[in-house]
Amino acid sequence: MSDKKKKKLSPVQQEYQQFAKDREPKRPILKNCLRAFIAGGIICTIGQFFHWFYMTFFNFTEVTAANPTVASLIILSMLLTGFGVYDHIAQWAGGGTIVPVTGFANTITSAAIEHRSEGYVLGVGGNMFKIAGPVIVFGVFAAFIVAIARLAVEALGGML
Amino acid sequence: MLAGRQSWLFRNRPVILATGVTGGPFEAAGALPNDFDVLHDDIWLGQTSFEKAEKKLLEEACEKAIHKAGLKKDDIHFFFSGDLMNQIISSSFTARTLGIPYFGLFGACSSSMESLSLAAFVVNAGGARFALAATSSHNGAVNKQYRYPTEYGAQLPPTAQWTVTGAGAALLAAEGPGPRVTMATIGRIVDMGISDPFNMGAAMAPAAVDTIESHFRDFQLDASYYDLIATGDLGKVGHAIAGDLLQKHGLAIPGEKFTDCGLLIYKDDQPVMAGASGCACSAVVTYGHLLNRLRRGELRRILVVATGALLSPLSYQQKESIPCIAHAVAIEREDG
Repeated sequence: MSDKKKKKLSPVQQEYQQFAKDREPKRPILKNCLRAFIAGGIICTIGQFFHWFYMTFFNFTEVTAANPTVASLIILSMLLTGFGVYDHIAQWAGGGTIVPVTGFANTITSAAIEHRSEGYVLGVGGNMFKIAGPVIVFGVFAAFIVAIARLAVEALGGML
Repeated sequence: MLAGRQSWLFRNRPVILATGVTGGPFEAAGALPNDFDVLHDDIWLGQTSFEKAEKKLLEEACEKAIHKAGLKKDDIHFFFSGDLMNQIISSSFTARTLGIPYFGLFGACSSSMESLSLAAFVVNAGGARFALAATSSHNGAVNKQYRYPTEYGAQLPPTAQWTVTGAGAALLAAEGPGPRVTMATIGRIVDMGISDPFNMGAAMAPAAVDTIESHFRDFQLDASYYDLIATGDLGKVGHAIAGDLLQKHGLAIPGEKFTDCGLLIYKDDQPVMAGASGCACSAVVTYGHLLNRLRRGELRRILVVATGALLSPLSYQQKESIPCIAHAVAIEREDG
């Protein structure tokens, strides 16, 4: 608990929070990291397989094969989400299934399925990016800042 | 009849004439399938949304209770109900179907005992011959409103709990055969500053302890009066904390007498993390399992302490802590 947060609590509340904390199971961080590594690695391996597949059997180069690879992983993730499997895998895998593009596809698909009952426009359309939205907003913003920084450095004669 | 600071003693001992308990597939696979009246194998109940499915569960529970008592809807004077949905739609829409004069309550997961204590008070005071107290929750609908979409792959911490899909209704009458509601203690809000909605057990445990303490103080009782004291939905984490807190306050309840509805409903191998939660948790366990044990004579007197976390998704995002409450109702055998 941060000091700032602590200041707002009364001594009784602070005492209880410590009392409760001593009796709560902790998140198994090491185990979660290991599982995330394994699950994330498997997803990347599947991605690598698709990459190889599109390069070997279709006319894709190493660069252009990235697009159908990502699309394939997204479709796979959407199907697993729709069939109700992805959340079970994710409970085991944690960060391993959130970080790759499959996690991103899961956030959008799950929200779209969830809000289908409120109709296509206000339900699906309005809520689809409920979880993914912040990722896009701050992703684009971060990319913008980095691009400006790069341009500035280049204008000043750096990186040449 | 007011007793002490915050309790009611029901001198006329209102009777729980009948109960109706419904559940979903996850509950059917749980530890107490035989204590349900109706179990569904489809979480949608053939409806087009989770919200409609929850309403159906509640309607069925109410109709079952009325039917089992051999009564008609028109015989019931008042209907007390609460649930977790925004603007308590499950309860209000059920009241629309039933056509019974209605009090809509919100006590989050404490709604079961909040509605039961109010219904008992009204029946005890002669305000009704028959009153219905009910509550419901639906795992999908609750996740959608309070947490993430059902299929979203977020890893839950070990302190998280699983919302029960189900509904429980109790039909109270001024007279007749059945278990009696004898006492009730209304809780006050206790907020220990916990703001993690995935750790409701720890947030609610002090409220349960506060209400149990008040109950013992108001009636000058101790744990030996009861065969079982069951909290609503504290789960493993909250149950352990509540036990230790009671001990710290000099009110230790022996382990075999102290349980939690959230620990009883599911099997150990079901992936529910710290246990069950939701309005229906205390309702289905009490109106199904515990009352059946009371009827069989395995228990004579029980105290059910339904716990509720009165947060909203908005208050959580605005970094507010979780205000918690607990209401206790004593139920005894008619010969007890």
